[in-house]
Amino acid sequence: MRAFGRAAPAILAACAGLVLATSVAQAGDIVPKIPIDRTKGDCVLPGDQMRREHMNILMHRRDDTMFKGIRGGKASLSACLTCHMVKDEKTGKPVTVASPKHFCRVCHDFAAVKVDCWSCHKSVPEETDTQAALPGGMGSKQSKFAQLLEYVQGGRK
Amino acid sequence: MKKHFHYEYLQSRVGYYTALLSMGALMLIGLAAAYYMEHHGHVVTGMTNQIVWGMPHVFAVFLIVAASGILNVASIGTVFGRTAYKPLGRLSAVMAAAALAGGLVILVLDLGRPDRLIVAMTEYNFHSIFAWNIYLYNGFFAVVLLYLYTQMSQDFRVRRFYRTAGTLAFVWRLILTTGTGSIFGWLVARQAYDLAVFAPMFIALSFSFGLAIFILLMTALMRGDERPVGVGLVNRMGRLLGVFLAAAAYFTVVWWLTDLYAAEHRPVVQYLFFSGNVYSWLYWLGFIGVGTILPMLMVFSGSARTSMKPVIFASILTIIGGISLMYFVIIGGQSYPLVLFPGKEVKSSFLDGVVANYAPTMPEILLGIGGVAMGVAITLLAAKVLRILPVSLADAEVDPHLAGGKVEELKKAA
Amino acid sequence: MSDQGARDRHEQARRDEIDEARREFLRNIAAASVVSLGGGMMLYSMGGEAQAKKPGEPLDPKKRWGMLIDTSKCTSGCDKCVEACKKENGWEAEPGSETDVQWIRKVDVKDPLTGFMASLPVMCQHCANPPCVDVCPTGASMRREDGIVRVNMHTCIGCRYCMMACPYKARSFVHEDIPEEKKRFHAPMGKGCVTSCDFCAHRIDVGRIPACAEACPEGAMLFGDMNDPNSELRKRLKEIRSYQIRADLGTDNGIRYTRLP
Repeated sequence: MRAFGRAAPAILAACAGLVLATSVAQAGDIVPKIPIDRTKGDCVLPGDQMRREHMNILMHRRDDTMFKGIRGGKASLSACLTCHMVKDEKTGKPVTVASPKHFCRVCHDFAAVKVDCWSCHKSVPEETDTQAALPGGMGSKQSKFAQLLEYVQGGRK
Repeated sequence: MKKHFHYEYLQSRVGYYTALLSMGALMLIGLAAAYYMEHHGHVVTGMTNQIVWGMPHVFAVFLIVAASGILNVASIGTVFGRTAYKPLGRLSAVMAAAALAGGLVILVLDLGRPDRLIVAMTEYNFHSIFAWNIYLYNGFFAVVLLYLYTQMSQDFRVRRFYRTAGTLAFVWRLILTTGTGSIFGWLVARQAYDLAVFAPMFIALSFSFGLAIFILLMTALMRGDERPVGVGLVNRMGRLLGVFLAAAAYFTVVWWLTDLYAAEHRPVVQYLFFSGNVYSWLYWLGFIGVGTILPMLMVFSGSARTSMKPVIFASILTIIGGISLMYFVIIGGQSYPLVLFPGKEVKSSFLDGVVANYAPTMPEILLGIGGVAMGVAITLLAAKVLRILPVSLADAEVDPHLAGGKVEELKKAA
Repeated sequence: MSDQGARDRHEQARRDEIDEARREFLRNIAAASVVSLGGGMMLYSMGGEAQAKKPGEPLDPKKRWGMLIDTSKCTSGCDKCVEACKKENGWEAEPGSETDVQWIRKVDVKDPLTGFMASLPVMCQHCANPPCVDVCPTGASMRREDGIVRVNMHTCIGCRYCMMACPYKARSFVHEDIPEEKKRFHAPMGKGCVTSCDFCAHRIDVGRIPACAEACPEGAMLFGDMNDPNSELRKRLKEIRSYQIRADLGTDNGIRYTRLP
């Protein structure tokens, strides 16, 4: 007990420090800013909600895709990677998770949370997929339909 | 007549700590090997897309099968009421749990994603015999601990359930080994497996592996701690080992006879058993010769009645034969190409129709040895902190009927 | 949240618009059904509206995707389907490699007595009763309701029991890290997990046919819904005798072949 008594002020100070740190974090001063391309529209949820919910959204979406085959749209991984893409200043190519500038790492490095996504997943969108991933934009597929249209019309003549 | 045995902790000797430390060192090396495998991927092992289970599985399956058999020693005393085996019950239970732990550690560390072990605990597919085995293995620990508790408790109300717990452990163990055998027996795709006899075969093998390991470790512990062991007792265990060896060999014979009869399976039997390749040698020379016939000759020899040495040697040979057979079953069975087009010649870029090569690499072997070391280390530690080792296993102590044999007197520490 | 809801509704309306246009388009095609199509090209889309799945929609459990491979059109030495799969799904395999990932391979089969030969692609057979799914301890090896058998790599622990159980050698273990630049976005795979042909689920989900079927220059790979009696695939299957590899195992493969030696 006595030992605790002596340690108590230190513990209290540590707690106070933590509270302070948290409130600062809420103020958004030291929290890293996640790079986002707003021209492509808003994110699935506002930033502060995304901070808390993104893993649940990803997990839910992951199972939807795995088991129900739901693809594309706003909450797809492809859309995340597209809107949050960071281009390398020198090469002009999107950076991978190997770079600390990658939008996942910006925050996860700060929070010291390791994710298990990138051992399998590609961390940058593929050029051909970029359009397909955007809400409503079915680039590659439309071109297929265009091909088909031509084909069918040709057959009608 | 109800006999009371005295159990005592192992003494603090240089030999004890040397043994414990060397086991610890082997465990660390095994762990390092596992880390190396995980870091670089399984490409640094001899395992391939053809031989998907390799050396770690040989060790792991051997230990898991043996664990079940080690507990048999306790069952013989409890369930079958053999007086001479009763003082061995505690050590048997502890050693069984230790062997299972060692085997499972190897299996887990060999996984592609050992970091996801928690997934194996939270996501179950009840169609999978593997998933059932996870329950059976965990349950085994619980049942063995319960059994040990009923054996060691000072409270007679707990001790009353000793027989019940022993019977439960006995049944659980049979189911567990059925499960382990079925991992292979239920593989319809593989020509070498796909046979119901695998379950009883594994049970018979567990008896011989387990008893051999028990005899070795038990005599080593007793001698190391300078406690007397009766030749009569060891001889009796040796003769039992002989019976188990015959039973295990019998089931393997049923295996190849059955498969030889079916034209569909004949090529694989010819390949595995009769083609003179390394696997044939492992079976005939390793398992049948060194691992069955030789130890049987030893345990039933006249000299086994006056000396422990034949039984000790027989136990070592049984283990060598056992590892040979496990290698034969696991690696040999996989090395035979899958038959997609029965009776046809096939050729592809993915080694269709080609006998698979396998060369175990050092990390795999070290991981396996690390698991074995862990089993031994747990037993050593437990014998130090629990009263599981009888003060004396002299024949006159354990069973009056055995007293006719020569008692090997060992210096007893003052 | 209401703001979000409004956004979603707007989004949905936009999608409906596109869908309606698409449906209209497909109706036109259906009307023009007299048009006969050669090869494997766009067969799936030609199957009509009933078959098309939009990206955002859940799969249709009434379907069972399957394929008929016309082995008489398949020549030994041609591996266009394999190359297409490699490109699509981002795996590389040295011929004869023991550890490289292989989703699809060409197998040359020969009857040793008669000398009858056939060359055919073998990939995951998308069984109705897949042994790999039965044995998987975590359920990572799964069969989608529309018949696609695949690995859920999120729960795969890398035990390789499915590889022991698969009669078709369709599965591979990823033995080493796959560098970022070799990965394909739609076919994630990584060290320590088992992987296999997923029938190009990412294509099927957006209404396209698997890469191998699309690439076959002979149109020997006919992809479609086995449960739909009106699909091109079913019509063809009704006309000719088809075979499954190791049909004796009762796995009921989704991949069928016209001639097996």
